[in-house]
Amino acid sequence: MKNVSATVGLILNEPLLWEKGQKGRRGMDVPAADVPPAGIDAGLIGEGPDFPDLSEVDVIRHYTRLSQWNFGVDTGMYPLGSCTMKYNPKINDTVAATPEIAASHPMLPDALCQGTLKIMYELQDYLAAVTGLDAVSLQPAAGAHGELTGMLIFAAYHKSRGFRRTKILIPDTAHGTNPASAALCGLQPVPVPSGPDGMLDPEAVARLMDEQTAGIMVTNPNTLGLFEENIIRIAGIVHDAGGLVYGDGANMNAVMGVADLKRCGVDIVHLNLHKTFSTPHGGGGPGAGPVCVVEALRKFLPVPRVVRDKRGYRLDGNCPDSVGRIHAFHGNFGILVRAYSYIRCMGAENLHRASQLAVLNANYIKEKLKGELHLPYDRPCMHECVFSDLWQHAYKVSTLDMAKRLMDFGYHPPTIYFPLVVGGAIMIEPTETESKADIDRFIEAFCEIVREAKEEPEILHGAPHLCKVKRLDETAAARHPCLTGC
Amino acid sequence: MRYLPHTDDEIQAMLQVVGVEGLEDLFAPVPGGCRRKEAMDLPAPMTEWELKDHVRGLAAMMKVKPDFKVLIGAGSYDHHIPAIIPALTSRSEFLTSYTPYQPEMAQGTLQGIFEYQTLTARLLGMDVANASIYDGASALAEALLMGIRISKKKKKVAISSAVHPHYRQVARTYFRPTDFELVELPVTADGRTDLAALEGLEDLAAVAVQSPNFFGIIEDLGAAAAAAHQREAIFITCFTEPLAYGLLKNPGSCGADIVCGEGQSFGIPRCFGGPGLGMFACRQQYVRSMPGRLVGQTTDLDGRRGYVLTLSTREQHIRREKATSNICSNQGLCAMTAGIYMAALGGTGLRELARLNYDKAEYFKAELVRAGAGICFAGPTFNEFVVEFDRSFRPVARRLLRKKVVAGLELGGHYPRLKDKYLFCVTETVSREIIDTVIEEVRR
Repeated sequence: MKNVSATVGLILNEPLLWEKGQKGRRGMDVPAADVPPAGIDAGLIGEGPDFPDLSEVDVIRHYTRLSQWNFGVDTGMYPLGSCTMKYNPKINDTVAATPEIAASHPMLPDALCQGTLKIMYELQDYLAAVTGLDAVSLQPAAGAHGELTGMLIFAAYHKSRGFRRTKILIPDTAHGTNPASAALCGLQPVPVPSGPDGMLDPEAVARLMDEQTAGIMVTNPNTLGLFEENIIRIAGIVHDAGGLVYGDGANMNAVMGVADLKRCGVDIVHLNLHKTFSTPHGGGGPGAGPVCVVEALRKFLPVPRVVRDKRGYRLDGNCPDSVGRIHAFHGNFGILVRAYSYIRCMGAENLHRASQLAVLNANYIKEKLKGELHLPYDRPCMHECVFSDLWQHAYKVSTLDMAKRLMDFGYHPPTIYFPLVVGGAIMIEPTETESKADIDRFIEAFCEIVREAKEEPEILHGAPHLCKVKRLDETAAARHPCLTGC
Repeated sequence: MRYLPHTDDEIQAMLQVVGVEGLEDLFAPVPGGCRRKEAMDLPAPMTEWELKDHVRGLAAMMKVKPDFKVLIGAGSYDHHIPAIIPALTSRSEFLTSYTPYQPEMAQGTLQGIFEYQTLTARLLGMDVANASIYDGASALAEALLMGIRISKKKKKVAISSAVHPHYRQVARTYFRPTDFELVELPVTADGRTDLAALEGLEDLAAVAVQSPNFFGIIEDLGAAAAAAHQREAIFITCFTEPLAYGLLKNPGSCGADIVCGEGQSFGIPRCFGGPGLGMFACRQQYVRSMPGRLVGQTTDLDGRRGYVLTLSTREQHIRREKATSNICSNQGLCAMTAGIYMAALGGTGLRELARLNYDKAEYFKAELVRAGAGICFAGPTFNEFVVEFDRSFRPVARRLLRKKVVAGLELGGHYPRLKDKYLFCVTETVSREIIDTVIEEVRR
């Protein structure tokens, strides 16, 4: 192995929480009682949970060791396709921790929390400016939650016009959650196959679009990393049949300052603030999935939304056509603050620049690796490119083997086996925050793995070799689920 | 821009490899009709120090300062957050990683979430907890849909009107495009759910109550479970204050089938209501109907213990529209936070802290009654309760605000018949001195 940044370090084992500790230890102060003990009906009292008692040092060492078994964007390149694992600026966390913001209660009267309302009001405006749409709800807590909100708006829109439409078109290059989000709103997904060039074919959409179909959910750029070149015609077909166009904005990082989604014909789009707007992914969340709509759909947005009048900012819940509330309070506010901070640091010019460089990085990887790996759709890509393991089949090496081997070289693997339209897909999204030198090293590592696949495939079959654990038995985990420790 | 590492020379070299002249040529696949006509209308970029100044200005617009005491809970609680929590959760290996799709590189997240699932199941007295979902409100909505899935043919659920009003609104939003029906159960004079109202409701898939409920009242979960099960309905218990289960009987021991709620109390700042933590647990027999991610234990090639995401056949990337839910993430870092909090507090600490919250509220209630106020509901409470005053409370609230105390949530906006009644909350962060200050102003 040459050019390897990964090495063997001192990684310490650590038992489960309840395998350590000693009754009577404590890791956190409880204040002394300054009120008399009160009586309580014995029938209400339980035994209290069976938690281990740990000291503060026990807790700190436990979680510090756990953290060392993890890999994050701050550790190294994380080219997970469609997840936009860009650098998460630290100032955003500092801003979100501002005491007035972090300690604000969500049910205060508007007059007492003008600062947090102003952040929301301005962020609504910024996201409208980025997408080109007119109105925004910040409530959805994640991308899939935004999709659900969009589908609720679809349902409310058609109901307001006296129709109940029961189907929705979903291309085979859309995100995996789209069908489930539509199904929650009583819409039966109708798959639309993409054409041989990886694009949606307007004729295919025209054949499927009818009066029972609520509209279409389009991920653009799609999950092959390609911009849907016929989006305007497709939107026209859907609109002519009375439908709406939902844009899955998960891949917005490709087209900031370039595409105007309203001109593309999109009526609703959700944005993933944890992707395009740099908020940390937190090991799976929390994210945020605000929804932007065209003017005609404003009245259906979730309530309350922040509005501004003579007296300042206030929450407006008076909107009889609204789909209702989608979050207990105002969405994942701490994430909204981070995205706000990011946009204020970047401005329009740098956001545009970020998209340019994200697309440059992806195309550069595509060109450099297409001699090594099979590239099923050889066209200019946007923010990500998708290869397959077709050429490695001869050596009995799979995408999974190559992905696991990348770990030994110090990289998080790309997204694998997605999108489904490419067998053995390897979906690489470098993002704009990786430098040319880092990308060159990644390419070199991948080339080395391709060579190993040919000459020493057994190395790949046993990979990873340098992680805390070897390959894990996921089949056994599902067959005999152990979901709770004892 | 400091986040963008490319030099002009590097850009040129890369463009050459790609085979285009300039950066904008990369966007050739974007048709002219899709292009923006103007640049995005956004404020000019700020340096880090300019941003800090700007944020100081926003902070100054907040009338409630960090040294104020907010005596409002209502689903968002002021509990002490120990210094170890920000220290551990800001470790960027936790913070900047994603969903642990590649378990060999994410054992930290996975073991941490497995521990969170276990402690949550123990707290709630349930067999299995998931890796968390968005918040308490969406957890309840998902629990109701899960109840309908389990019961197959039934389409109606009953939910107590003493469940947090926002949670009920979210449930209605989720139900609106479906043909499922949601009926609300009234509240009796003692502030508990009127279970007698279940009489005559046929074909119920699920019955949901919250305990402690929105009025702070501890519900009779055993009776509610019996009433639900008598109708062959799934019994769902929801909560906004998980700390209560350090002291009270847990929902599992009272017969709950699904338990869900908000975990913000466990080390997560209020932060204007989010991000929070949707805690979600159920009995073993229902696990395959449960929404959300699950972490399970397994072994690696060498037989060593390790953790993976599992039972993904319930999920949307495999089952597509037949998935148990569209949720494909969890509140990862918030679940980790709650795990750290539960670990730090321990069983002994959790009990002590819960008891202290209970005692403070009892002291506050007794002093209010001595000062001439009335406690609206007779049922037992945990750390919140509803109060009425013999004259307008508004001037008192204004005086208290000048003394840096935000007193109580007026309930008329949520329950018209409770107009001019106030929901108060006290936790361990409210000293007796603060309580006495409130009493003094009430007496004036």
